[in-house]
Amino acid sequence: MSPLLEVRDLTVTYRPDVRAVRGVGFTLDAGQTLGVAGESGSGKSTMALGLLRLLAPGARVTGEVRYRGEDLLTARWSRLRAVRWAGASVVFQGAMSALNPVRAIGEQIAEPILLHERVSRREARKRAAELLDKVGVPAARAGDFPHEFSGGQRQRVMIAMALACRPELIIADEPTTALDAVVQAQVLELLSELVRDAGIAVIMISHDLSVLAGTCDRLAVMYAGRLVEIGPSKRLVGQAAHPYTEALCRAFPVIGDPASRYAPAGLPGDPPRLTEQLPGCAFAPRCPHAGDACRTEPVSLRPAGPDHLAACLRVPEGEPA
Amino acid sequence: MSEPGPAAPVTLATPATPATPANGVAGGSKRSAGLPGYLAGRLVAAAVSFLVTLVIGFVIFNLMPADPVRTLTRGRPTSEAQLEQLRLQLGLDDPVWMRFLSFLKDTLTGELGYSWQFQQPVASLVGERLGPTLLLMGTAAAVSIVLGLWLGVHSGWRHGGALDRVASAASLTLWSVPTFWLGMILLVLCIGIFPAGGMSDPALNATGFDYVIDVANHLVLPCLTMVLVVFAQYVTIMRSSIIDELGSPYLLTARAKGLTDAEVRRRHAVPNALLPSVTVIFMHLGTLVSGAITVEAVYSWPGLGHLTYEALKIPDLPLLQGTFIVFSASVIIMNLLADLVYRLLDPRVRAA
Amino acid sequence: MRALLKRPAGLAGLAVLAVLGLLALAAPLFIGPDQLDVTRVDGPRLSPPVDGYPLGTDQAGRSILLLTIWGARESLAIGLIATVLTVLLGSAVGLLAGHYPGRVGNALMHVTDWFIALPSLPLAISLSAVLGQGAASITIAIAVTSWTATARLVRAQTLAVEARPFVERARALGAGNAQIMLRQVLPNVLPLILVSSTLTVASAILSEATLTFLGLGDPTSVTWGAMLQMAFSGGAVTAGAWWYLLPPGIAILLVVLGFTLTGRAVEHVLNPRMVS
Repeated sequence: MSPLLEVRDLTVTYRPDVRAVRGVGFTLDAGQTLGVAGESGSGKSTMALGLLRLLAPGARVTGEVRYRGEDLLTARWSRLRAVRWAGASVVFQGAMSALNPVRAIGEQIAEPILLHERVSRREARKRAAELLDKVGVPAARAGDFPHEFSGGQRQRVMIAMALACRPELIIADEPTTALDAVVQAQVLELLSELVRDAGIAVIMISHDLSVLAGTCDRLAVMYAGRLVEIGPSKRLVGQAAHPYTEALCRAFPVIGDPASRYAPAGLPGDPPRLTEQLPGCAFAPRCPHAGDACRTEPVSLRPAGPDHLAACLRVPEGEPA
Repeated sequence: MSEPGPAAPVTLATPATPATPANGVAGGSKRSAGLPGYLAGRLVAAAVSFLVTLVIGFVIFNLMPADPVRTLTRGRPTSEAQLEQLRLQLGLDDPVWMRFLSFLKDTLTGELGYSWQFQQPVASLVGERLGPTLLLMGTAAAVSIVLGLWLGVHSGWRHGGALDRVASAASLTLWSVPTFWLGMILLVLCIGIFPAGGMSDPALNATGFDYVIDVANHLVLPCLTMVLVVFAQYVTIMRSSIIDELGSPYLLTARAKGLTDAEVRRRHAVPNALLPSVTVIFMHLGTLVSGAITVEAVYSWPGLGHLTYEALKIPDLPLLQGTFIVFSASVIIMNLLADLVYRLLDPRVRAA
Repeated sequence: MRALLKRPAGLAGLAVLAVLGLLALAAPLFIGPDQLDVTRVDGPRLSPPVDGYPLGTDQAGRSILLLTIWGARESLAIGLIATVLTVLLGSAVGLLAGHYPGRVGNALMHVTDWFIALPSLPLAISLSAVLGQGAASITIAIAVTSWTATARLVRAQTLAVEARPFVERARALGAGNAQIMLRQVLPNVLPLILVSSTLTVASAILSEATLTFLGLGDPTSVTWGAMLQMAFSGGAVTAGAWWYLLPPGIAILLVVLGFTLTGRAVEHVLNPRMVS
């Protein structure tokens, strides 16, 4: 079965020389959940938004993003707009103003339905009400405005909105970051349930590894614009092959993982500036295991286990992934 | 407690982003809960403003002139006895507070004094001339707002682009010349094409539809003059409102839904940008009234502005006082409307 | 200063002002009373540009070119004096309101708000009419209608400056009110006042033109507004005398643009974080 999404060598540069995403590639099958982790500035949001060409006009996006075989980066504008939301929708951080403050939420959920499908307004509103029910927001409140809801409710509204056109893929960009822990857990559970029931693939972005490990089958870790490790989340959390992933795991203790019970160790230093060339491994300056070759030799993703790749010289280069 | 006075609309124009704590306002809508209270508060503020205006008007017209009877009879030989009689007539020998109170009573009952020039009650003169001014201002305001908002939206949406730069340069230039000068230039340019003044041609003796056409013909140049000077303000207002919205996350959501650039702008950015603009637009409407003075003077348009211009010739102080009060009242009313309209339109403020 | 020179709009503005300023100052050197007095000139009446009169003549036969240059003197003089008054009044109110933020400050701001509520042209007209015709009453009228913007600006800046630690230190060391206002706050507020002043001059010149046009100025004066007023009441419009109407208007345009562009450039230099 061909993958739902195939990304190859995705690169995003901002003028004059800011390389926010450098040659990222991965595949995603239908119904799979992929978590993308990394610290601020690692390029994860940029990468995700770049998939649908949602970045600001000053961004240059190159590479290939094949959605069901069709390259979105070179698709015609009208085709791209048709894929947006109906094929792949986005859940933004709803707690901040990702919802239009002066329109009722019911209307905002109905908007993409009316845009992508030939249905009547009544039908669209009915479906919007059903979606609200599904996410646990009383449908009677469809006429209310975003500021009348709590942060957690707004996030649920965003999820309802993302499901409106029955997409095959949902990109969730930091969906729970501004929420407190209890609400966070509720929202994540809701999202997992809904995508599982409908067989929707998910790309979830977060700087919080524990959030991702709990909800996603696979994890991808980004550092300084590059994909440094990708594999099944259970493997990455316990047996990370890349030192950066190890450090991330220590910083965000995962509930249930005994090793995390110890106090997390901070990581010295700062991530590199995105304007630098970074010939070798970008993480080398901060890596406790760095060798001389690490700083100068380019490092590609190499197999570190079943369906598990890592871009680290310590992993011996075997057959290409 | 809201601050009284017209400064309040300015603070409303840029409302503090409503507090959105993670566990904020949940539960049902409370939309018009405070509207009557809000309305009452604003009316009181407007009344206070008006009162202050009356005080200032009184001070200017009744306390400042060194000797009103001398001003009144300037150029006409009058004996001392006649001057004394005039003083008694006008109650100038009464103590200040008494004069103020009678002034207040008169004004609030619509008794605005008696024009020296026209030998008519000021109130009736104002009544006669109000219509033409409203016509001129109303038309100019409508055209300016539509033009200004449209240009503002498009300038701001692609700010720094060609339209933006041209519109900005044009606005700046038009602001930098006196209104009346523009009027005169337009007149010279359009000699023979449009009438040189007045509101209608007396020789035509037109009635009904013909009259409407005649007035419309006379309306073109003065309206155009006002629009040219005033539309720039609306461009600026709308432009900066749109630019403020440009970085907002909900626009990204709209784009992600698959809307075209124009749809995102029209359905999401513009409604949000209109809100703060509305308040400022209404406030500017108040100042439009003053702009009418110079335009009506140039075009001999028989409105309140022209009345004021004629009053300056003597100077006809009671008439000037009357028009001053009317102009000030219109500004206060406009500001009040601005507050109310904003309140009615913004769902966030409504629930507050 | 160097940053200012890098901005072309500001430079252009300054250049225009410099030229006009020089003309205004040098005017008496080549314009004598003979050319300005209606009883002493002998040029053709209301004539379009001809030999010897590059910009034509007015109804009395005076050269429009010379009138316009002389107008620079009188218009700029009124504009500048009115601005000085405005800035003094506005700064005083703003400084006091910011320094005494309690009841005094509130009272002053209420007064300011009331003045802002008044429509400026009717107010200026009323004041000027009551004070009698002439440059003085126009100047006062302009000051009374323009001071509020400066007052608000200065108050905001005063509050900001007084919140800074060095003012606290001065207070702790026993500095008196006057000292704090004059030696700590004022120097920090001055740049802002400078910017505000350039924009005030621009609007003062427009106001002067308007008030004079409406008949409130000195009938013997030769400001640009007066020229336009004479043109209007002398029927220049119906006669199509564009040479009479264009020069004073364009002169006003140049001066106002000059001050506005210079003011904006200075503003950008002082506050680089500002978005245009």
